[in-house]
Amino acid sequence: MSVLGRGVRSLFLLEFVSAMRLTLRYFFRKKVTINYPYEKGPLSPRFRGEHVLRRYPNGEERCIACKLCEAICPAQAITIEAEPRDDGSRRTTRYDIDMTKCIYCGFCEEACPVDAIVEGPNFQFATESREELMYDKEKLLANGDRWEREIAINLEADAPYR
Amino acid sequence: MVEFWIDYGFPLLIILLKIIVILVPVLIGVAFATYFDRKIWAAMQMRRGPNVVGPFGLMQPFADGLKLFMKETIIPAGANKGVFLLAPAITFSLAMIGWAVIPFGDGLVLSDINVGILYMFAISSLGVYGIIMGGWASNSKYPFFGALRSAAQMVSYEVSMGFIIVTVLLCVGSLNLSDIVRAQEKIWFAIPLFPMFVMFFISALAETNRPPFDLPEAESELVAGYQIEYSSMAFALFMLGEYANILLLSGLTTILFLGGWLPPFDIAPFNWIPGPIWFLSKLAFLFFVFSWVKATVPRYRYDQLMRLGWKIFLPLSLFWVVLTAGVLVAFDWVP
Repeated sequence: MSVLGRGVRSLFLLEFVSAMRLTLRYFFRKKVTINYPYEKGPLSPRFRGEHVLRRYPNGEERCIACKLCEAICPAQAITIEAEPRDDGSRRTTRYDIDMTKCIYCGFCEEACPVDAIVEGPNFQFATESREELMYDKEKLLANGDRWEREIAINLEADAPYR
Repeated sequence: MVEFWIDYGFPLLIILLKIIVILVPVLIGVAFATYFDRKIWAAMQMRRGPNVVGPFGLMQPFADGLKLFMKETIIPAGANKGVFLLAPAITFSLAMIGWAVIPFGDGLVLSDINVGILYMFAISSLGVYGIIMGGWASNSKYPFFGALRSAAQMVSYEVSMGFIIVTVLLCVGSLNLSDIVRAQEKIWFAIPLFPMFVMFFISALAETNRPPFDLPEAESELVAGYQIEYSSMAFALFMLGEYANILLLSGLTTILFLGGWLPPFDIAPFNWIPGPIWFLSKLAFLFFVFSWVKATVPRYRYDQLMRLGWKIFLPLSLFWVVLTAGVLVAFDWVP
């Protein structure tokens, strides 16, 4: 561009004018952000959120204490202790997940032979203290009862690809 | 004693009432200015902006104010305590006393002094003291840099601003702000003096430390400039003062170039609307442009800022003073 052209452009603020026109056009555009706590973005059925321990429809817990999840967990966030129950079936007496260690890789649900431990669609489980993030068996089973509907639908949607 | 009250006490009471009538709406306006600034800025970035507190987030400024009010005023150990606390008070009160001479409508002005424009100019020049005192008294490096930059910047742009005001005054023949507005009954000065209008607006951006000239508080290099060490209400006073200054300079631009309270055309549908509403809508429009520029233009480098002030604005405004004076004398239009 010639010196004269550059001079004219800067003297009449032409670049500013075109930039201002652009921002004014954007001013009237539709917003791209969603109104988060009231609206949420779509989630994939494979989304890996907060962990749950599931139950069979008759109320029996699925986990058989095979400890595959504990073994595969790369962050070593899972701790399991087990012994035979009164009826002779093998069950966990302790199933803890340290949510501050968990990296949400999803290996635990991949490893589980009975679909007991699953990472559900919930991603809003902030707490006020660190201790509350040390999940125990009751908490995980309660989560399972709470999210069972969504998790069943998600597992079914994702089943053809597994 | 009774005579003393009638002569002095009663008029004083009236003046105090008038001050309250002006200051309370100004402060509420300043509070909402912060809200609309954020909203406009958000909209231009296709965001939503504050929308949770109250309907459309309208209560956001009060929530922010309450939050700042509840916090502790931290005074750094090395700070000069008196000056440190005086600085925000000065910034705030200077931004407030400027409103004394602003005519909101025909005759709607607190003190109709005949050197109103000089008064305004003096007030905006003094504004730099609040910042430089805050920066110095913090006894910390970034605030000091910010204060030095701010001082240099405001002094530089005041020079060209002075010449622009002189150009307007040549066309009016009076220093009274109401007379300046009345002189625009035929045509707003924004039209014959359009380059001056644009330059005055840009100088106003620099004068109020708004982007693209927000170098005194450039967050990417100086964290927050002169405001770093401030917290709680001291910070809030700086913030209120800053926004009050923006509104004040929008008002001054309206008076000097956009015909103050005058409607754009003196015909039926326009002159039904009362003057103060015209004044406030012009002021609001200029405030919108302030936010619009903030959302558009990236920050200047410091040498670019100084170059613009001294090597472009100063010669241009000086040239325009001479040109305007020449034209006025040549056609015998001197008022």
